[in-house]
This record gives sequence, C-alpha cells and structure tokens, in this order.
Amino acid sequence: MIESALHALRENYNFVVILCGVSLLGAGAGIVGAFAVLRKRALTGDALSHAALPGVCLAFLVLGERNLPAMLLGALASGILGVAIISALVRWTRVRDDAAIGIILSVFFGLGIALMGIIQRMGSVGNKAGLSSFILGKTTGITGADVWIILASAAICLAAIVVLYKEFLAVSFDADFTQSLGWPVYAIDLLLMSLVAAAVVIGLPTVGVIMISALLIMPGAAARFWTDRLSTLLVLAGGLGFVTGVVGTTLSYTFDKLPAGPVIVLTGAALFLLSMLLGHRRGAIARILAHRRFRRSWQERQLLRTLYELIESSGFRQRSVPQDDLLSLRAWSPAEAQKLVQEAAVAGLVLPLPGGRVALTDQGWQQALEATRGHRLWQTFLAEYPEQAGSVVNLASVSVDDHLPPALSDELQAKLVAAGRWPASEVAP
Amino acid sequence: MSTAVASRQSFAAPQTAWAWNEWWLLASYLAMSLALVVIGLEWVTRPAASGVPRDLAAPLWTIAVGSASAASCAILGCYLVLRRMSLLGDAISHAVLPGIVIAYLLSGQLTGWPIFIGALVLGVVTAALTQGLSSLGRVSEDTSLGIVFTSLFALGVVLIQGWVRHADLDVDCVLQGQIDFAGVTQEFYGWQISRPILALLPTLVVTIGFVALFWKELKIVSFDPALAAAMGVRVAVVHYLLMAMVSVATVASFEAVGSILVVAMLIVPAAAADLLSSRLSMMIAWAMAIGIVSAALGYVLGAALDTSVAGMMAVVAGGQFALAVVFSPRSGLASRWLRNLLLAVRITSEDVIAGLYRAEERDQATGVSIELSGVRGESTRSGIDEHSASPFVRWLASWRIAHLGWTAKDRLGQARLTDAGRTVARKLVRAHRLWETYLDTHFDLPRDHLHDAAERMEHFLDPELQAELDAELAGVATDPHGKQIPPADSAVDSSSLEK
Repeated sequence: MIESALHALRENYNFVVILCGVSLLGAGAGIVGAFAVLRKRALTGDALSHAALPGVCLAFLVLGERNLPAMLLGALASGILGVAIISALVRWTRVRDDAAIGIILSVFFGLGIALMGIIQRMGSVGNKAGLSSFILGKTTGITGADVWIILASAAICLAAIVVLYKEFLAVSFDADFTQSLGWPVYAIDLLLMSLVAAAVVIGLPTVGVIMISALLIMPGAAARFWTDRLSTLLVLAGGLGFVTGVVGTTLSYTFDKLPAGPVIVLTGAALFLLSMLLGHRRGAIARILAHRRFRRSWQERQLLRTLYELIESSGFRQRSVPQDDLLSLRAWSPAEAQKLVQEAAVAGLVLPLPGGRVALTDQGWQQALEATRGHRLWQTFLAEYPEQAGSVVNLASVSVDDHLPPALSDELQAKLVAAGRWPASEVAP
Repeated sequence: MSTAVASRQSFAAPQTAWAWNEWWLLASYLAMSLALVVIGLEWVTRPAASGVPRDLAAPLWTIAVGSASAASCAILGCYLVLRRMSLLGDAISHAVLPGIVIAYLLSGQLTGWPIFIGALVLGVVTAALTQGLSSLGRVSEDTSLGIVFTSLFALGVVLIQGWVRHADLDVDCVLQGQIDFAGVTQEFYGWQISRPILALLPTLVVTIGFVALFWKELKIVSFDPALAAAMGVRVAVVHYLLMAMVSVATVASFEAVGSILVVAMLIVPAAAADLLSSRLSMMIAWAMAIGIVSAALGYVLGAALDTSVAGMMAVVAGGQFALAVVFSPRSGLASRWLRNLLLAVRITSEDVIAGLYRAEERDQATGVSIELSGVRGESTRSGIDEHSASPFVRWLASWRIAHLGWTAKDRLGQARLTDAGRTVARKLVRAHRLWETYLDTHFDLPRDHLHDAAERMEHFLDPELQAELDAELAGVATDPHGKQIPPADSAVDSSSLEK
C-alpha cells in the first residue's frame, strides 16, 4: 500500500519534471522562434537541428561515453557551422537559399547517421538508445538537472530578448531600414540566430532533430494571428509554446505507446490551426468576416450613390426612382439589385414603394449625399494628384474629410461645383 | 550603332564549343569516378581468406538500387532546384510517411500499388496544403512548409508507433532505409533480382518518360512561369504533376534508402549540376552522374567504414557538391578566381605596353626607353608603375610581357617595345581613342569622363567592332583630346615612328 503510493509519487515526480522541462522548452522556443518567423528564417531552425546531429555523434566518439553537456556543445558547434555554410553559399556562390538549406540539412544529417552507424558498431560503448533518441526525441530521459539547464537557458534567452528588444524589433520588421540607420544588423542577426541555435540544441534530446523546428515555428506563427504588437506576440508565442508542451507531454504520457516528440508537434499543429481559423487579428474567419463586412458597406454606398445619380439626372424633382433604372447604371442583375435594396431597407436607408419604385429615407438621403460627394471629391483629388494614389488606402471606405485638410476638400468641392457636378446650394427633393 | 556595341558586350566563349567541352568534362569525371569505385570495390570485397570466392553480386545490386533511386531523384531534383522549391522536395519526402503507413494499414502489405498511391496522395496534399496554408493564413511559404511537413511526419511516426506492429516498418527503417538488404536477391521470372529494383527501375523509366513527354512545359515553367502562363501552359497542372512524380520517386526510394537519402539525392546532385552547367539537358546529365557516383562511392565508403550506406551516400553527394562549388568551370570559386586573375594580368600587361606606346609617341618616339621594372612599382617617367593592380598581378603581367616578346632590353639594359609589342600596343591605343571619340560624338559627357570608360573598353574591342566604330565615325583622325588615332593596319608600321 505505502509502497504503491510511493511508487505513484515517484512516477508523478518524474512526470512533473518532464512536464516542467518540456513546457519551459516550448515557451523558450516559442519566444525565440517568433523572431525567426518574423525574420523569415523559419526553416533555419530545421537546418540547424539537422546539422547538429554530427556534432552530437562526434562528441560521443571523442569522449567515448554519453555526456549530455558535451554532446549539446557539439550539437551547437556543428549546427552553427551548418548555418554559417548556408549563408556563405548564398553569399559567395549562385546557390539559392532554399537549395543551400536542403543541401546542408541532408548532407549533415547523412553524416550524422553515418557516424551513428560507426558508434553502433563499436559494441558495448555505443549503446544505441542514447543517440537515436536525438532523432525523434525522448521526453522520458529528462531529469531534474536537465530541467534546471532548460530553465537557465530559457532565462538567458529571455534576458537577451528583454535587453535587446528594440534592436530585435527593428531587425525583424525592416532590416534594410535598420541597416540604413547604422545599426549592426549583421551582429544582431547573428545573436538572434545564436538564440535560435541554443533553443534548438536544448530541445534536441527531448523533441528530436526532425521536429524541433516545428516547436520553433508553430507558436510564433500561431500567435501572429492574434496580434499586431511584437510584445503581445512574444508573450503569446511563449504561452502557446508552454501550452503545447503541457498538452503534448500529458497526451504522450497518458497513451504511453505514443512518442513524445511527434505528439508535441501534432499538439502544436492543432493550436496553429485553431489560431489560423479563429485568430481575431489575422485569422481566416476574422478576415473573411471583415472582407464580407467591407463588401457589404461598399455595395450599400454603391447603391446610395446610384440612387443619388438617378435623382440628380431627374433634376432633384422627387426622392424616388423606378427600381429597374438602377440596372441601367450598374452591372447588377435584377436579383442582385433586389437584394441590395432589401438590405438597405432593413438598415432604414431606402423605402421600397409600391409600383416598383425605391425612395430614399431622410437618413438614406444624407448618406447618399455623403457617399456621392466623397466619391466625386476622391475622383477630382486623384485627377489632380495622381501620384498620391498609392498613399491613400482603401478609397472606398475612408471619408474624404478624415483624410484631406478642410481647405483642400473645400477647394476640390468648388471645382466640382464649377464643373456642374455638384449642386452649389443644398438641394432637397 | 550603340545597340551593336551593347550586344557585343558578352565575352563568353561560343556556346557550341562549350557544349562539347562540357560533355568531355562529364565523361572524364565519370571515368575517374568509375576507376575510384572499382578500386574501392576491389578493396571492400577482398576475400577474408584466400580461396574464398569474391562475392560481387550483393555490392553490385546495392549500387544498382542506389543508382536507380539517385538517378530518378536527381532528374526531378533539377526542376525543384531551378524552381527554387528544393525544400518542397524535402517536405514531401518527410510528409509521404503517413500516406505509406495508412496505405499499409488499409492493405496490409508493404509493397505494390497501395503504398505508391498513398504516397502520391500525400505528396500532392503536402504541396496543396503548403500553398493553402500560406494563402488562407497569409503566412510565408517557408513557415507553412515547416508547419505542414513536420506535422505530417509527426502524424506518420505516431501512426507507426501506435498502430503498426510490423518489423519492416519502423522509424529507423524510414529514416535510413534498408539498403543493406538490397543485396538479397529473389527469383523473378527465372532471374535472381534484388527486390527494391523491381520498384525503382519502373520509377526511373516513368520519370524519364515524364520528363521527355513534358520537356518543353517543364522547361518553360521552371525558367519563366509567368511567360508559361501567358503562353497557355497550365502552370498549376505541371506543378502538381511534378510534385506527384517527386512523391513517386520518393516512395520508391524510401524503402531502399530511407527518407534522408531521398532528400540528399533530390537536392544535392541537382544543386551541384546547376553550378556545372547552364543548359537544362546538361544539368540533368550532370545531376544523374553525380547521383550515381554518390550511390557507388557511398556504398564503397559505407562498406569500408562498416556504417550506414545511406548516410555515406549523402556525405559523398555533399563532397561532390563542395567540389562543384570550388572547381566548377563556370561558376566555381577557384575557377572564378583564376579567370579574374588571368583577366587582370592581361589588362595590366596591356596597360603597360599601351603606356610605353604613348610615351614613345609623346617623345616623338625614337630614343625613349622605359624601365619595365616600373611595372613593379619603381618610378619611371611614364607613370605605368602607378598601375592599381596588386604586386602579384603586376609580377605576372611583367612575366607575360616578356614571355610574349612585347619588349626587349636595349643596349642600356632598358626595356623597349619590340615591333610585335608595338603592333599590339597600337591596336590598344587605337581602340582607346576610337572609343573616346565615339563616346564624345554620341553622348553628352564631359571631356574628363571619357578616359576612364575608354581605359576599360580598350581591352574588349575586337577588330571587327573597331572597324564598325571607325565606319561610324567616318574617318575622324584624332580623338577628342587632339591625339591621332593610330591606323588599324600595320602598313604604316613602326618605321614611321622610328625615323
């Protein structure tokens, strides 16, 4: 009875240790990886982790025994060598970056496998279990000491990010501009990549060479759907990485057939998918909804403007027009026009009259005036200053008066009046 | 005229000659590698004791399996590398894993059609998902790639470890393959044949057929997708066909050589070949050759060191890539350095004798002699020692001048232009002054901007172009600085100067 309780505690102690380790790792990798994703270096982590394998094996061959810190140092060295070769290839030869990454990744990994084969054939020394866990990862190997190592490195990464926050932010968003300010972009980049390398290497024994890059990419990419602010993004990426670690470890612990690395990666993928769909900033659903909203308001303005134009062409005699006349000015089908009118009627802007006529309500008239005036002012403005076209976003949605100085919009309106395209005094049919 | 000048600005060797050189280079590389492989095999298969017959069948089958896999991967890899989609190949080779496992779980067998179909579907799904994620989620291509293939691979591993109980399908064999068993043969219509070759040979044939059939489409899509789309080629269809072929080649190679080697064979030979040739057909030939050499030498090294053959194949491929980076005749670092050095030496030596010629001309030409040692930096009256080339280049240039007999020592031990040197120098000065005159008449440049441009162009104006310039300038006799443009022919030879 007591023994089994002790056993359970010991089991749980192991579990808690592993849980702490993996979730801290997830948080650290998430934060560092967020920068890599922003810097468009998402696959550098992949190249790094594959390139780290021969370093692990070499450290083992040299020392002749399993010594985790030495192997991690070896991994760090050969990983950084790999990344350095990639950037040298891109810089000095006409090999493109994708090919360079693929080459280093596969050749270094092949070398690692070959070295591993040599180690395995060394007999009793080369106990296979220790090394092959580096490929797919093995969370059960985490000890209390490892957790402290992970914690310490996570703390160092965090400290570096806090201290160099401004520099990292500048480089991540506009490296060229940062360079032009005279900042040492190359050095900052190097430091960033060293942080990525550190995260990869620490994650190698637990998550494995092939999938550690997922732990780097996924939280950062997922967090991007929720926010546009870097500070929030980093906190979120860390949090998502942490959650990935907790959930993944628990799952793989519960179903003990399942290897930890892949389960953690699949958890991360699920979180990414959820964020991609639901993220309220850039998520797919939010974007589709925003797009639809924009489309609807654009069409509504389109309808009001058409109504205004029809009323205008009839000399402002009455506030209603035959609905069929709408089709003469726009490429709407009768069904589309009917739908637009109904939607506008629900919004209280128009009033369908018997006999197939549509009338503008007071509110509708005001909005139609505003929409048409805005449209024509933009037209005049762009005819005068065509070079400004690129700097004005979303002509359809922004109001003229928000965007142009009052003097300018008055001047434009005067031009419209002079051209007979706008009534000089207020009209009200 | 100016377009004629511009169009002559490429100084490359004629294409046809180069193509022959390329074939010779490829052939000699293959011959050299074959010799290495034969020597290596000789050593690897040496009988343990005398009297035991040498067993060559297993090594040769292994090499054949590796070569077939490497060749089909290399062909397809060329298109991946050209289209900058190397990493999609990497991703597909990881991501077909769940397809294989699901097909195995459904059909219960590890060979034959189901596996191929499973992998094919997953390969295309990977390509589509990568594109879909990046457009739906507005994330960059490489981010979505990294997410898709790690997730699919993870799914495959989970499926294997969770549901598959079969000795032939474990994670190690997925990563490293089982090329060690390629030597085990089985009966096939009365022939003793290695099993993996039954899948790999048809794959190679289909790959070659695919490339031959869609040669034109693949080529244009690889080099200019926008043009291809404008010409009515269905770029997306070609893209997904290519991805399907990559999946087929991947899965055919998978069992034999594992997923790492597939990636290495897809990308590394093709990237090396890209450095070695700028013609697609030649590039594919190089890629196949490099792939096959990797397979053969990789086997030899793997057997010699008693380690993973697949890993060694990747390493050998990497070694060949490194060789290509350094020694490729066209774009290798060493060749580029050598070419630049030779050009610098030529330009420096030409500058020096042109300087001598001008000095002769300036001093009405007879008794002036200039220390050639001026080339090495000592002061002389002509200013040629001020040449900006490095000491090494200047040393080589002085050697070249002496070697070509452009100068000779006179009685006082000073270097003077020989007739041969004077002829060369006059042509250079003529080119220089023609170009200055041409620039002056056709472009609105200040006078002091003419010299530097002409100083560069004088080394590259061939007689034909000079004749054209001359005709264009309609016999202008002096350059903008009032100096005489020397005549092209040697009718008024040095005699006129040495009066």
